[in-house]
Amino acid sequence: MSEQRTGSAGGGIQQLVERALALSTADDCIVIAEERTEANLRWAANSLTTNGQMHTTKLMVISILRGADGASVGTVSGPVSVAGADTELTALVRAAEDAARAAGPADDAADDAAELVPPYEPNGDWDAPAAVTGIDVFADFAPALGAAFARARRDGVLLFGFAEHVMSSIFMASSTGLRLRHDQPTGRLEVNGKSADLTRSAWVGQATRDFTDVDVAAVTADLDRRLEWARNRVELPAGRYETLLPPTAVADLMIYLYWTASARDADEGRSVFSARGGGNRIGTRITEQPLTLYSDPAAPGLQCLPFQVTPVSQDESVFDNGTPAERTDWIRDGELANLYRSRSWARRTGAEHRQMIDNLLLVSSQGSKSLDEMIAGTRRGLLVTCLWYIRVVDPQTLLLTGLTRDGVYLIEDGEVRGVVNNFRFNESPLDLLARVSEAGATAPTLPREWSDDFTRAAMPVLRIPDFNMSTVSQAS
Amino acid sequence: MPSLDPTFLDLPAAALADAALGRARELGVEHADFRLERVRTGVISLRDGQLENLAEDARLGLAVRVVHDGAWGFASGIERTPQAAAELAERAVATAKLSRVLSSDPVRLAPEPVHRDASWVSSYEINPFDVSQAERVARLAELSQRLLAADGVDHVDVRLMQAQENKYYADTAGTVTNQQRVRLYPQFTAVQVDVARGRFSQQQTVAPPTGRGWEYLLGTGWDFDAEIAELPELLAEHAKAPTVAAGRYDLVIDPTNLWLTIHESIGHATELDRALGYEAAYAGTSFATLDQLGRLQYGSQVMNVTGDRTAEHGLSTIGYDDEGVATGRFDLIRDGVLVGYQLNRQMAEAHGFGRSNGCAHADSPGHIPLQRMANVSLLPAPDGPSTDELIAGVKRGIYIVGDNSWSIDMQRYNFQFTGPRFFKIENGRLAGQVRDVAYQATTTDFWGSMEAVGGPQTYLLCGAFNCGKGQPGQVAAVSHGSPSALFRGVNVLNTVSEGGR
Repeated sequence: MSEQRTGSAGGGIQQLVERALALSTADDCIVIAEERTEANLRWAANSLTTNGQMHTTKLMVISILRGADGASVGTVSGPVSVAGADTELTALVRAAEDAARAAGPADDAADDAAELVPPYEPNGDWDAPAAVTGIDVFADFAPALGAAFARARRDGVLLFGFAEHVMSSIFMASSTGLRLRHDQPTGRLEVNGKSADLTRSAWVGQATRDFTDVDVAAVTADLDRRLEWARNRVELPAGRYETLLPPTAVADLMIYLYWTASARDADEGRSVFSARGGGNRIGTRITEQPLTLYSDPAAPGLQCLPFQVTPVSQDESVFDNGTPAERTDWIRDGELANLYRSRSWARRTGAEHRQMIDNLLLVSSQGSKSLDEMIAGTRRGLLVTCLWYIRVVDPQTLLLTGLTRDGVYLIEDGEVRGVVNNFRFNESPLDLLARVSEAGATAPTLPREWSDDFTRAAMPVLRIPDFNMSTVSQAS
Repeated sequence: MPSLDPTFLDLPAAALADAALGRARELGVEHADFRLERVRTGVISLRDGQLENLAEDARLGLAVRVVHDGAWGFASGIERTPQAAAELAERAVATAKLSRVLSSDPVRLAPEPVHRDASWVSSYEINPFDVSQAERVARLAELSQRLLAADGVDHVDVRLMQAQENKYYADTAGTVTNQQRVRLYPQFTAVQVDVARGRFSQQQTVAPPTGRGWEYLLGTGWDFDAEIAELPELLAEHAKAPTVAAGRYDLVIDPTNLWLTIHESIGHATELDRALGYEAAYAGTSFATLDQLGRLQYGSQVMNVTGDRTAEHGLSTIGYDDEGVATGRFDLIRDGVLVGYQLNRQMAEAHGFGRSNGCAHADSPGHIPLQRMANVSLLPAPDGPSTDELIAGVKRGIYIVGDNSWSIDMQRYNFQFTGPRFFKIENGRLAGQVRDVAYQATTTDFWGSMEAVGGPQTYLLCGAFNCGKGQPGQVAAVSHGSPSALFRGVNVLNTVSEGGR
């Protein structure tokens, strides 16, 4: 468990929030406060390189002025310290009001979409102190890591990696009387193992809420197995290969798809989810497989913010802050089921409000196999470790490019035969879903490419009969 | 000339530094440094002429970094009292003790002259935060409405990012610096939708992000009125342009595109921490390893690249880095050969470079300084050709303007770039746009195929606000100067057929 210290501001971040609301002279006001503590360890070549403990308290003030032409909004955020609380709070609130005055009517303030969320039964104990973390969260992990370094030195392996634990306590209050809070732990471990000559490289990652479920010995055993696989090296040319995409790779591709799933972009004809002839593709079939892509704030082990927090309006709207989050299927049984949209856009298009939620799961109703079982069921194909440097090549088709990293393995007759060179791929996640020939059992995973921003995912292994490895990368 | 912001100077920086450094000394550190930083950022965005968001943020905090018993320790916080600063020093020493048992070689820092009470302010005229928000919104709305009114433009996105950074630095050697810089990134995107065919096309401005102030949007350093005026026609032509035939082409690449290729394939590849493996598990390593210094043929003879933290209006430009090192300009590639790396004090000492070349940077008070990128720039040929003259030397090729998507492998070998605008070159002349182009190459092959670089008249300082590195992730702004340049026989993909369509 994380260290239970009291947060800053005399244990009363709630008081700062109330004080900011009281200082507001705007017609409406939303205050969002975050108490954030972090601890991390980073290492390279079996030695710690950097580490740190960080703490910050931030307040965001959203001021809303209502006039004949509609509502205008200004958002200003900044740090608040104990010493400077009064002057800092006053400055923040006045700056937000100035910004709202300068802004003019907001685009997303149409009709009753501009009404703020009314109070409802609180989800947590508003008055309890903010949860915090510190370097002590690694009390058991750090010695285990030290032991792993010693083993790695003995075995001629170099370990590189990063362990991080963040505790973010969010408090939201508005002039409607709404009071919501949530403590969000976010942790991750990434370990990269290399042979001493750097020709072999493997990676294992894990998301964790508190590091109590991290088994360093199991992580290094997985690395060792992969480094052993890599002793036999096979050069393969670019081309289309039957490929097993592991959960981390599937997560990175699906997260990009999710980020692109804006209803407004689709309705305006500007997205891969736009329909020919106008409108969006909701209701159309994406894949023949019984796959469901969804987000759920209550997903076990992947619990996340149960209400909407939107600092600025973009595809989402500040007016929707505090809306309860509930499970949302984005793709249901192979059909596009939902796109995210603000209440304002929902109203304009006669659709329902759908907020983005900070986790993502893909499940096949027929998926039961583990990775090892899927390897065993492969006559000839590639097994990818993870993907890297994923970027959009063509937004029209959501064609993404990126690279394989830290091990592409050749499978023949149900067994891993050796390691293959890395490849650059060009693929669209939507096209991949359409071509999936088999999906395994869903398991929690750390999305390697996006783990700075997105760590909560559970995905299956996907078998793609013809994955486009566009060119060979010399990187090893 | 702008001066240091009095609201930052009012903060008790010296007293906090004294408390933190004093406590660190008492605890027996070999080195300690203290930063008080304020980073003010603003975003204004409009969608189809309507204000979408107007937001400002500030980060203000202090950081203490120590070397204790040969190990690094770091702590940061937001309380601005001498007692809190001293506690940060204690916490930094505590993390150093924890890390000591997991560390091997003791940390030593390259020597640096002491810079007492130095101050530095970047080169801009009008701090954007001094311009009323209403005036800023009005200027963006005006340009946005002009675009939206044009034929064939269905949607317009506008986004302006603004930043003001203040850094106070003090260390146990006696260096004290007080610095301020300002930067700006306006971008306008026009979209055309073909509803019947279910297709859309877009074009964005190629105006670079810059270390200038609000004057940038009023005509200093860039003519936004002119660029906005020509965007609709470029979009119309792009929308109906034929798709490219994949194959090998000669490329003339404009600085608005080439800067990003420089960033990815040279800028990151010549970071010594990457070459040494510190970033192996995350950002990656580099093919340009230390054993190849002075020998690696990076590119053709016409290739000369410098790292520079002094270029006027450069996004990475500053007087002193986050280890108190006075910045400068240094060679990375000379006549096509790798001759240097970007350094910090620890690496400079450990690998015999003598003094650091000043590339340590932390993006916020909450983060530890890492080796971050200088403005890494490709030098023009002193009497080199114009872009038209480069195009005149191509029989069958493509002229590329503006950047779009980018991706490169973790050792900086294999890359693929796209762009918003591609013009066919036929017999030395431009022959209309093509679309769906990506170029893909291996770094040394690509730079080896560079036959000519343009003259100073083609040179432009471009760059990015969003260069990511490190864990926890840090984001830095950096510029890259480049002339137009001519490359022979580069592999061009058709992105539609790549997608299997």
